Amino acid sequence: MSLHRRTLLALPLAAAAAGGAAAQSVTGESFAAAERAILAGRTPVAEGVTIAMPPLSENGNAVDLSVKVESPMTAEDHVSAIHILSELNPFPRVAHFALSPRAGRAEVTTRIRLATTQSIVVLAETSTGRVHRGTREVIVILGACVDGG
Amino acid sequence: MAENILARITLPEQARKGEVVTVRVIVRHPMERAVDAPGLRPVPRKILHTLRVTYAGAEVFRMEMSPGIAANPYVEFTTVAVESGAMVFEWQEDGGTVYRREARLEVE
Repeated sequence: MSLHRRTLLALPLAAAAAGGAAAQSVTGESFAAAERAILAGRTPVAEGVTIAMPPLSENGNAVDLSVKVESPMTAEDHVSAIHILSELNPFPRVAHFALSPRAGRAEVTTRIRLATTQSIVVLAETSTGRVHRGTREVIVILGACVDGG
Repeated sequence: MAENILARITLPEQARKGEVVTVRVIVRHPMERAVDAPGLRPVPRKILHTLRVTYAGAEVFRMEMSPGIAANPYVEFTTVAVESGAMVFEWQEDGGTVYRREARLEVE
């Protein structure tokens, strides 16, 4: 039995990582797994997505969220899907919008629930196969989940 | 086709052909998300999980919702005015109920 000092020091880190994963397992899908599944091996470009959200929300029960994606919205090049992902909500996939060139603009607004202070990630898939990614940090004073998410 | 749902759909009465119009939709619904916490009796999840909008023969917008969408779900989107006609909004609720509303857009 030879547990090296280095291995022992890494143990609490591994335990913390496992605990974080358990907190996300309400749907059996973690935030990272949800993002990986949507990307399906593609590398997102970190531009073209504008997220409008209040930087600080006193109440996480209904937070305004607007997403705008730069796109010509033509038959050849348009945004076909917008995914809203939450880093620390019990359900990482908050909403998914399916758009077509008939939308005219790639802009959606809705109101979401936030469990706690976290980052919101938006992935926009285009008909050309590119994926745009945007992220926005939000501070939540009182979360939407009674059990703290 | 249940009808007892309160929805408010806002869009311009008229638009020019090719104009991009903004549509705002709010619907009264608790979006029950099955909170399970000490001291609470668990309630089964009952949310509106999909909103489909069809206009001039095609689906122009679809939103898939999770329990992460606030109660009384609100959404704002755009569509290109192509012809005069009905815009049909269809919400699907957990349990299979479908709610349907229509709004008319005049295109000149």
